[in-house]
Amino acid sequence: MLTRRDFLQVAAATALGGAVPLGRAAAGQTITQDSLLAFQPVGQVTLLAFTDLHAQLKPLWYREPAVNLGAGADRGLAPHLPARAMMNAFGLKPGSAEAYAFTADDFVHLARTYGKVGGLDRMATLVKAIRAERPGNTLLIDSGDTWQGSYTSLKTLGADMVEAQTLLGVEAMTAHWEFTYGEARVKELVDKLPFPFLAANIKDTEWEEEVFPAQTMVERGGVRIAVIGQAFPYTPVANPRWQMPHWSFGIREEDMRKQVDLARAKGADLVVVASHNGFDVDRKMAARVTGIDVILTGHTHDAIPAVVPVGDTLLVAPGSHGKFLARLDLEVRDKRVVRHAFRLIPVLADAIAPDPEMAALIERIRAPHAAELSRVVGHTRGLLSRRGNFNGTFDDLICQAMLSERDAEIALSPGFRWGAALMPGEAITTEAIFNQTAITYPNTYRTEMTGAMLRDILEDVADNLFHPDPYYRQGGDMVRVGGLAFAIDPAKPMGSRLGDLRLTRTGKKLDAARSYVVSGWASVNEGTQGPPIWEVVANHVAKVKEVTLPDSHAVRVVGG
Amino acid sequence: MSTSPSASIGRRTVVLGLSAGACALVLAPKAAEATRAEADELIAKLAGGAKPQMDARVKIKLPEIAENGNTVPFTVSVDHPMVAGNSVTAIHVVAEGNPAPQVASFHFTPTGKAEVYARMRLAKTQEVRAIAVLSDGTALEGRKEVKVTVGGCGG
Repeated sequence: MLTRRDFLQVAAATALGGAVPLGRAAAGQTITQDSLLAFQPVGQVTLLAFTDLHAQLKPLWYREPAVNLGAGADRGLAPHLPARAMMNAFGLKPGSAEAYAFTADDFVHLARTYGKVGGLDRMATLVKAIRAERPGNTLLIDSGDTWQGSYTSLKTLGADMVEAQTLLGVEAMTAHWEFTYGEARVKELVDKLPFPFLAANIKDTEWEEEVFPAQTMVERGGVRIAVIGQAFPYTPVANPRWQMPHWSFGIREEDMRKQVDLARAKGADLVVVASHNGFDVDRKMAARVTGIDVILTGHTHDAIPAVVPVGDTLLVAPGSHGKFLARLDLEVRDKRVVRHAFRLIPVLADAIAPDPEMAALIERIRAPHAAELSRVVGHTRGLLSRRGNFNGTFDDLICQAMLSERDAEIALSPGFRWGAALMPGEAITTEAIFNQTAITYPNTYRTEMTGAMLRDILEDVADNLFHPDPYYRQGGDMVRVGGLAFAIDPAKPMGSRLGDLRLTRTGKKLDAARSYVVSGWASVNEGTQGPPIWEVVANHVAKVKEVTLPDSHAVRVVGG
Repeated sequence: MSTSPSASIGRRTVVLGLSAGACALVLAPKAAEATRAEADELIAKLAGGAKPQMDARVKIKLPEIAENGNTVPFTVSVDHPMVAGNSVTAIHVVAEGNPAPQVASFHFTPTGKAEVYARMRLAKTQEVRAIAVLSDGTALEGRKEVKVTVGGCGG
């Protein structure tokens, strides 16, 4: 028997042109493809943007962070707002599709109401519809982290995503995780792209020369648009340097100034930066580099319902995982934006008819791996999710797996912001495990560290998240811990944020001088030994069959 | 004293033997490091007794976070005339967190531009200080924080 959801998906698949109302959504029955596309066009240019797709081709669950603390001047500003404050700031109604899309509030309940998000075939439908509405005015930009994050992207070393971007009609991109396929592979894939791969801030280590073009110029609606790319500045710090040994990154504010001036000198009416700096870094850069009209931000996975103006610059934060498509219409007069209209469109999968061409490509990409992707390893009783400043339940599961499979006292797991959620009762498939772990340096080490060293690591990573100056932040979340609990005061200076470190099993204080057996993954050191993390997690889940996690109390946030 | 096995080996060994980390792990050894007082003393000597004034004309170009603490590229430039009788005579670079804080000294004749480019080693997160000595005997200073991190996790 078909459920209502099934019926709607079938109905949508038969392409009734979006007249189908979304799922149980509700009472109002107002969410349709047409209502998601509703937009009063403005000016000559329509920028379409997405970022941090993390190779997610299929609809998924993605919960926004429940905890997303701001540091320094960013404290209390979007996106660093608790759910209710976010709703108040942007006029989102609790329980609405927007509240579901932009906050973690009441997630499981709203997810059941509004269904999955994303799916590149849905995104393609929206892009095509907007292009048809605004022919010759539209420009589609991808701010990076597109080639990594799934089973198929890892198996094809990013080739599947290059095909998908090409079919979607991406017109320029920048990058971060792309580089973890190594210099040679990146060059190989870039050669296949029918659009420019831009990075103003990557220089070769020997001669400090540009490795990729910094900018490109296109014309839309009679407006000359310069698009400048800014790759993730700390790629060789946050990811293994050995994977990109000849390329140097950095924020390079001076170079950005030069590129903006160059674009203007070449006659640009509009200067757009496709950036993987992270939102807070871009907020600072926008205040210090004049002449940028729009920054399409990425990296920190923030989804902000409105554009954030900084001086004359408009910042767009288009979320992640294909969950949103940003549309920014601009009226440009005398090389200035005089009017704009914006919508961050939630890609509510059940309300949007999949684009048949993209659906066929996705099917072709996945077909050779179908058996492995759908293999059920176990089930979860509760919600498994990752995003948030501190341990999420999916991180807890990964840490549990390392503690048990690697026989360790303490587990460390990276604070990556990517990874789809699983709903209570859902099957944990191989695909779901790879969506959390698909990296090119997956070895799960087992080593000894002293209490002092563990503390140094935690302090250092905390500073990468909470340094008062955004230029010193790396944009990931706090390292996740298993077997260890601590208190943290984010507002304190480096070296003094952590306190009350204890082993959760015994309640004993962490001894600075004692050695502990530690297991972790995603080490940036070359030659790290150990089984890949997905194998460790799969073995653990296969043994426990049904994952039941207690609420995590590993981290206690203290201070004002 | 702890009796754990690692207590018998030096900190550097422990650090190098640590093949893994939270995400990144390149703990710089906490070797002897200069104090700010020692750096101030050194700078007073280099500046010939003049007390350097903080000045935005001394620009230090350094990455905010070093990609490799063993070889950190830097540029120091001083926005100042370079004519006889009114010029920058020297630029001194001091890394106050390094065991040997004096990184480099550059001396200029009054011509061209007061700008230098080189690479240095940074033992840990610290402020790098550049002192420009002028022909009238006064001195200007610029500072920049550089983080030498064990790493974090990309978004």
